[in-house]
Amino acid sequence: MDIIGSFDVKFLQIINEAGVCDAALLPSMEAPDLKKIFETMILVRTFNQRALSLQREGRIGTYASVLGQEASQIGSALALEKDDWIFPSFRESAVLISRGYPMWMLYRYWMGDERGMKAPDDMNIFPMSVPVGTQLPHAVGAAFAMKYRNDRRVAAVYFGDGGSSRGDFHEALNLAGVFKSPVIFLLQNNQWAISVPRARQTAAATLAQRAFGYGIPGIQVDGNDILAVYRATKEAADRARGGEGPTLIECYTYRLDDHTTADDASRYRRKEEVEEWREKEPLLRFRLFLEKKGLRTKEYEEEVAKKALEAVDKEIEKAEKFPPPDPADIIRYTNFELTARQKTELKEFGWEK
Amino acid sequence: MGKITIVQAINMALSEEMQRDTNVVIIGEDVGKDGGVFRVTEGLQEKFGPERVVDTPLSELGIIGSAIGMAAYGIKPVVEIQFMGFIYAGLEQIFSHASRLRSRSRGRFSAPIVVRTPYGIGIKPPELHSESAEALFCHMPGVKVVVPSTPYNAKGLLKSAIRDSDPVIFLEPSRLYRSIKAEVPEDDYTVPLGKAEVYQEGKEITVVAWGTMLHRAAEAAEGFDCEIIDLMTLKPLDEEAILKSVRKTGRLVVVHEASKSGGLGAEISALVAEEAVEYLKAPILRVAGPEAVIPMARLEDYYMPGKERIRKAYEKVMLY
Repeated sequence: MDIIGSFDVKFLQIINEAGVCDAALLPSMEAPDLKKIFETMILVRTFNQRALSLQREGRIGTYASVLGQEASQIGSALALEKDDWIFPSFRESAVLISRGYPMWMLYRYWMGDERGMKAPDDMNIFPMSVPVGTQLPHAVGAAFAMKYRNDRRVAAVYFGDGGSSRGDFHEALNLAGVFKSPVIFLLQNNQWAISVPRARQTAAATLAQRAFGYGIPGIQVDGNDILAVYRATKEAADRARGGEGPTLIECYTYRLDDHTTADDASRYRRKEEVEEWREKEPLLRFRLFLEKKGLRTKEYEEEVAKKALEAVDKEIEKAEKFPPPDPADIIRYTNFELTARQKTELKEFGWEK
Repeated sequence: MGKITIVQAINMALSEEMQRDTNVVIIGEDVGKDGGVFRVTEGLQEKFGPERVVDTPLSELGIIGSAIGMAAYGIKPVVEIQFMGFIYAGLEQIFSHASRLRSRSRGRFSAPIVVRTPYGIGIKPPELHSESAEALFCHMPGVKVVVPSTPYNAKGLLKSAIRDSDPVIFLEPSRLYRSIKAEVPEDDYTVPLGKAEVYQEGKEITVVAWGTMLHRAAEAAEGFDCEIIDLMTLKPLDEEAILKSVRKTGRLVVVHEASKSGGLGAEISALVAEEAVEYLKAPILRVAGPEAVIPMARLEDYYMPGKERIRKAYEKVMLY
């Protein structure tokens, strides 16, 4: 029999767990860029930690932690341009914060206020998708429209290993391949979809290789290596802008916390596994890398952490002082214009001003 | 121009809207080269090119889902789903995203897609090609539901749907596609969404219907003094048009081919019961399909309200 096709699954790592880098693969970045990445990681971690505490104190509702996934999210988000479009899932706080999304708005969202998902006008960030994986086709469509209008933009969509099992994943990758749409599928393989491990999502050895079935490039990157994620995303974005179509990037990472604050991961996964991954977490590695470059000192990090805490506290204060939503908003944004019945209901419910 | 069918009227609307606005694109299965399974989009790919009349893989979820992204970005996708029975794979995209994107983003984004699909009973097709699930869409806030009944309103309603700022489910009664012909102006006219029309004036029975059933209700009306209302837009409902007529006639019969249970007739009946009960001289009657799966060709005539069943309802309300 002849071999009529064969595919190699590539794995990209630039900084290993000891903080040692492969200099040939390093993206061209100056010290301020590297420090910005580090500072964003600290800021995100502070935001996340405070969100978990606020939830325990009953000051926000159920929250989905990003602990452990900072490299996969920040590395990719920083590789995109300002005009690009982002389609996040509900576990993408780090992506949004990297793009400058106001943290107080994120807190408002997790407090249960839709206004938190109204992206500022200069940010093309879709509201976080709650039904897992359903956002993939949206990115394909936006990318189709970008190409239709000859805009040199990219649509980036975030989802997880669980989401990759859905039909949406299949249809989105298939359509993107056929349309050659400028879209990047940023698969956050954090190994767990609530209690179901990665091995029960698919029998495929990697998630990256599923791209080949759609005729598009797929790569697995060390999702705890922020520069690897950055580089892979940048390359995919360049290709997309150059008219070469979509890419699937499997960011191989780990969800260190429970699925959400409503979950207890000790019911289904071993503590040892979590501890192993904790040693591989992205901040440790990037810190070592910066140290080796002489860019990180204890004093510098303390200063960064202090500033991050101050910034986050301010955002929490802003979120908590924000006036409560108007019940009329429940109806107001349903349609472009109020229907006759909605007008009556505004009166009936006593919400009309 | 002579008389044309609903298929031709819809084609005309699409062509005119694509001419008017380069943002309008058609996407769907077989819509390009083949002109669609009912030939509704015939000739449009030749005229506007494969970038604007886009043949897609067989992918209802993906087509509707990607249309949401297109619309949010600012182009205007007009989706064709080949038969209503195949729209179900895309329901999550319509219900969880298209219908609520504006609300979830508090007005920052919206998804004004148009999803056209042939629907309803009466052409003896294979299974699942005769669905009449309009009530599902009417129940979901944020989407509009439109059903044309004549070549004239098919053209005008589709043009309004394409220009609308909300997602519109545009249900084309497949039985009527080629069975009625009428003069349709070549000018750029629209028929507004959200407005019903008095199809036939009368004094004694208000009959509310849409699509195929409108014509059947009218045929059955011989010998009765019926005021027949063509809803055209099922959501949002033109409540005032219905109430105004019922206040005049004091009797209401709703006719639809979908199953009676949870059908749109229930909503219309409840509206009249809430707002105009004091005008009613007779019980409200619904003539509708049974609580059963829409059957295949051999039994479809039994399922669909026929002239006799409709006449019986008219007779019954006239006893009061």
